[in-house]
Amino acid sequence: MPRKDLLDIAGLEREEVDHLLDQAVPFKELFTRSVKKVPALKGKSVLMLFYEPSTRTHSSFEVAAKRLSADVTNFDVPHSSIVKGESVRETVETLQAMRTDYIIVRHGRSGLPGTIAKMTRASVVNAGDGAHAHPTQALLDAFTIKEKFPDPTGKRVLIVGDILHSRVARSTSTILKKLGLEVAYLGPGSLVPKNGPENIRRFTNYDEAMAWSPDIVYLLRVQMERQEVQYFPSLREYHKLYGVTDERLKAISDKGLYLMHPGPVNRGVELCDAVMDYERTLINDQVENGIAVRMAVLYWLKPRALGGES
Amino acid sequence: MNRTLDADAIALAVETLAAAIRERTKGQPIALVGIRSRGDEVAERLCNLLADDDRELELGILDISLYRDDFEHLHENPKLQESDIPFPVDGAHIILVDDVLFTGRTIRAALDALSDYGRPGKVELAVLIDRGHREMPIQPDYVGLKLETNRLDQVHVSLETTDGQDRVEIVERTMP
Repeated sequence: MPRKDLLDIAGLEREEVDHLLDQAVPFKELFTRSVKKVPALKGKSVLMLFYEPSTRTHSSFEVAAKRLSADVTNFDVPHSSIVKGESVRETVETLQAMRTDYIIVRHGRSGLPGTIAKMTRASVVNAGDGAHAHPTQALLDAFTIKEKFPDPTGKRVLIVGDILHSRVARSTSTILKKLGLEVAYLGPGSLVPKNGPENIRRFTNYDEAMAWSPDIVYLLRVQMERQEVQYFPSLREYHKLYGVTDERLKAISDKGLYLMHPGPVNRGVELCDAVMDYERTLINDQVENGIAVRMAVLYWLKPRALGGES
Repeated sequence: MNRTLDADAIALAVETLAAAIRERTKGQPIALVGIRSRGDEVAERLCNLLADDDRELELGILDISLYRDDFEHLHENPKLQESDIPFPVDGAHIILVDDVLFTGRTIRAALDALSDYGRPGKVELAVLIDRGHREMPIQPDYVGLKLETNRLDQVHVSLETTDGQDRVEIVERTMP
């Protein structure tokens, strides 16, 4: 049965995750046609409610919704009354009056999309809330891995970077564990949470982490705009300790490991320029798959009927 | 009273279809496009029967789930499967193939889906069973067999590869 909202991965059954990943395959197949658009959500409206800046996730959802023939409206935050102190409830009531069918929410506060979901008949998709969750990122990561490893059980994924503040690390490791992969974290001690899931190995040293023999190295973005810079001495130092340097890329290439990154990339920090030309870098696959997965999500969710009880 | 058709009756209907297609399109290149589900299996059988003809013959599969007109009334959107159209649609002579022709809505959706792959030179329709009661101005060009039914009757087609056996069951329903 479809759900009304997609708020996090933890709340999904394994069968639901499998269903969404399966459904993304025929959606991706549409991209090879000359007409990439299908009429499934014709006449439906999708509203993008982004309280935090995001180019990639925002445009990915927008393309996904448009390829399903939905009408997309951007609730442009800096110019809207949100800055005038309009409460979230007032905003949602406005959207309700506009008969929006789907609301895509990004917000700095964990749990806010869930609060909005309770206020509206529209389907709410969490596009990232604080350090809590980013479920469509997790789905696109899992889909990208399954394209390379159709049976990913037991494959090892090393997630590198600021685990502590990362909703990507949280959501992606949750989905990968659900699918039977092994996950480990690598990062500065101050950025790898001590209290987290039990069965996730923690490394602070690059060489020790590589000795664990990962199949995929997943680099998190260093969030320059946040305060992480204080957690390690400098960006140059970060690159030296945890980044994929030219030398490390050589070793990664020799072992045939795959590299992933949620984007946008900070070249010279998480990875060196040469990574972008490495044939097992899946960053562009992640972008394309993100659209297919988000189409599958929008097609699966069912808003409550207009006039139905709230 | 429920009626059934057995494997022999289905085989005969497929042969009837193949013979009609052969007679009317002799020597011309054609592409059979089966509509999921079961239309694909009928198309595959037709393809086997027509394989030895001296002409170009292509086979494709179309999933029309995203082109349906009844999403509002469904509690759950239909599960998608991949379409596979491995030939250029532009200018092609396409024969859409389905198991049962009823309201014509599936064929309407299939024509929309097909047009997103290109602009065929000609599109025809072949159905294993025509049970009548159209709601759209759509008529078949090739029919395996015609069934007299009431509007509310249900026609359940089972086919070997999809369902494990060849069988058609007509379940009679009257107004409640």
